[in-house]
Amino acid sequence: MDADITLTVDGTERSVTVDTRTTLLDALRERLGVTSPKKGCDHGQCGSCTVLLDGRRHLTCLALAVAYDGAEVVTADGLASAELHPVQQAFLDHDGFQCGYCTPGQVCSGVGVLDEAKQGHPSLVTEDLEAEVELDDDEIRERMSGNLCRCGAYPGILAAVREAAGR
Amino acid sequence: MTEQQTVPLDIRSIGTPHPRVDGVEKVTGRAAYAVEHEVGDVGDPLHAWLVTSRVPKGRIAGIDAGPALAHPGVVSVLDHTNAPHLDDTSNGELAILQDDRVHFHGQVVALVLAETSEAAREGAALVEVRYDEEPFEAELREDNATYRPDQVNPAIETDTDEGDVDAALADAAVVVEQTYRTAYEHNNPLEPHATTAWWRDEDGEPALSLFDSTQGVHGVVSTLAPMLGVEEDQIRVRAPYVGGGFGSKGEAHAHVLAAALAAQVTDGRPVRLAVTRQQMFTLTGYRTATISHFRLGADADGRLTAIEHRVQEQTSAVREFAEQTASPTRMLYAAPNRRTSHRLARLDVAVPSWMRAPGEMPGVFAHEVAMDELAVACGLDPIELRVRNEPETDPETGKPFNDRRLVDCLRRGAERFGWADRPEAPRSTEDGEWWVGTGVAAATYPAMVQPGNQARVRFLGEGRYAVAIGSVDIGTGARTVLTQIAADALGTGPDAIDLEIADSLLPPATVAGGSSGTSSWGGAIVAAAQRFRADHGTEPSPGAETTASAAENPNAEKYAFHSFGAVFAEARVHRWTGEIRVPRLLGVYSVGRIVNPATARSQLVGGLVMGLSAALFEEGVRDPRFGHPVTQDLATYHVAAHADALDVQAEWLDESDERFTPMGSRGIGEIGIVGTAAAVANATYHATGVRVRSIPVTADRFLE
Repeated sequence: MDADITLTVDGTERSVTVDTRTTLLDALRERLGVTSPKKGCDHGQCGSCTVLLDGRRHLTCLALAVAYDGAEVVTADGLASAELHPVQQAFLDHDGFQCGYCTPGQVCSGVGVLDEAKQGHPSLVTEDLEAEVELDDDEIRERMSGNLCRCGAYPGILAAVREAAGR
Repeated sequence: MTEQQTVPLDIRSIGTPHPRVDGVEKVTGRAAYAVEHEVGDVGDPLHAWLVTSRVPKGRIAGIDAGPALAHPGVVSVLDHTNAPHLDDTSNGELAILQDDRVHFHGQVVALVLAETSEAAREGAALVEVRYDEEPFEAELREDNATYRPDQVNPAIETDTDEGDVDAALADAAVVVEQTYRTAYEHNNPLEPHATTAWWRDEDGEPALSLFDSTQGVHGVVSTLAPMLGVEEDQIRVRAPYVGGGFGSKGEAHAHVLAAALAAQVTDGRPVRLAVTRQQMFTLTGYRTATISHFRLGADADGRLTAIEHRVQEQTSAVREFAEQTASPTRMLYAAPNRRTSHRLARLDVAVPSWMRAPGEMPGVFAHEVAMDELAVACGLDPIELRVRNEPETDPETGKPFNDRRLVDCLRRGAERFGWADRPEAPRSTEDGEWWVGTGVAAATYPAMVQPGNQARVRFLGEGRYAVAIGSVDIGTGARTVLTQIAADALGTGPDAIDLEIADSLLPPATVAGGSSGTSSWGGAIVAAAQRFRADHGTEPSPGAETTASAAENPNAEKYAFHSFGAVFAEARVHRWTGEIRVPRLLGVYSVGRIVNPATARSQLVGGLVMGLSAALFEEGVRDPRFGHPVTQDLATYHVAAHADALDVQAEWLDESDERFTPMGSRGIGEIGIVGTAAAVANATYHATGVRVRSIPVTADRFLE
């Protein structure tokens, strides 16, 4: 069964017909030609498909597109305007990637982490749930652990997110 | 083809941390991978989905495509009854859809083409396949791994035997006799294997175009052409971006044939085929589990008198791949008596293949844990034991080593890691509820230059040069380091180089594998550049062009070229839960000159992280009752995540190996994974006093 939905993708409103089985990831990649979010596992196990969905990081392979009519999607491509987003620049400066396939998801996740910390969201390793969240290395590692990198660029990614967090 | 004897480069850009030239494309996601290309006015792509066998052995008794074809959006179903024929079916892994035989669980038995991926996936689930099952064997055991292959990967001796191992062991003051095991490991690059394929008519001849996620575009062409019955110049393969490979994209696997066959029945419409993560566990190669029976004999002060390494592992009955697990044992340490062997179980299982440092990774794990046991047995520091067993010449060939600096790596690492403060006895250090220990292991990997590479240099005017070679950057940084090499070879800046790679229409390049890429492709670029200067001088006319390959290196036969390293690990093992953490991991490497410190650090650290992952997590579980991998996704097959990679560092000795390449480099892709698991396992022994002889090392081992 088909359904017509509208998404705002990287600032542009896009109308698209989707199958009710279509994931948000496939709607973006296969129906809208937006291939910045990557498909690494299609099961929510690797994080490569992460975008900012209505402002929060989200796995698009675990979202059915038809349920997100009217949503705002920002991909790693959309984070960069004339200049790269500071998180992206930090990934370049710390060589926080190799093959680049998990990278757009890592970047979106990194941007999401900064915002979640600013809003005071705790993580598994947060000791004081009342205090402001300080993104120390353990916090960054924990919060980024939903994004796998098989090239093993974790130390570079950690350095990049640490720098973007102003540490 | 013009061959050019290269001379060492004047180094300017090489050695500097030039940022990745494709970095912006990658951090934005604009880089287009294999199924992300718009391929022009040849029609909308059709989506292909593979149907795989649910039995490990037998014949297909019947396929009913009716329910699939009735599903809206499904265009066609291909199986062995209606698929186009292949000219050459000698490669049993690749010759899919040609007959009714099933050789392993997960083999391609049909594929569905549909207008959308949803319809293709649903269609694949609706294809009804009936099987006549046959008895099978899918379990690797010590009692069935008895087959002796003619050679092991890539083409080396199956067995070696020097001196009298049994007599030496009988006389040895100290003997270590143990068996070591490594698990089934799956490469799992983050980009699943994927191909976009389309045929068109070109001057009355069929021509096939592919975007493929491959480590070598020319290798895909030469594999496909005879199978499809076309000339190599009728196939074009491009791979501008590849999301990792680690060996699993080193050769074409069955899905590439599936895409090429499917595209023959679409009237020119392109076919997009992405292997699912689950299918990757059977269709794209894996590292066999290994069983290493070691016997080390030494005199009282730790000098090895005998080394025996008998390997048992598996291959597939449908196509042979024999991992060279005992290969490093033939050259790592001095010993007058040495015997190595490989025996395989030929099973009804998916085809094993290359995974980062095939041979060296599992073999050095076994050898280096055995050496740690020998150090304990001799009452020697593990570094001192290794120093005492340094060979003067290559034990395997008798040739002099070129820059064997293992001891320098060990000593530099020891200094940086604080090894001198290490208590000798295991189970000596407690920190709260954690036992703490450190371990060390050697690493080695052969340095290789592959024959068959060419590069083209053309002057574009205004100081710019186009440099072309069909090599692939699978994330290593090849696009960046080849730009730097070209710049130094032409005596210009990297900004003056327009580098073209990753297209089989470009001059031929060998696979991005075996840590041979930069040496092989870079050598060809240097050859072309130096020949260009000989032909056209320093003030060439725009359009001046030279294509050349590197002449054979006269040093190649004189020396044994290997890289070396030393890996240090700290392990913490929780007293009550057995949880293992590795707070520090350090690799110190002798790998020749580093072309780009930024990308090289990432590659070496990445190898260490993959080695840590193998040490603690990676374990492909199989069910011999059904012949299938049980762990076939990233939730059940665990790889290291951010939270597992703590302080991971790599450094290298300041050196240059101009006997090996004109750049002075030797290759760095594999060595980071070698020895790492042994260092971690040895550290857990030092922490707890519990010796674990298999990987992954898991918490339960410390709770017995």
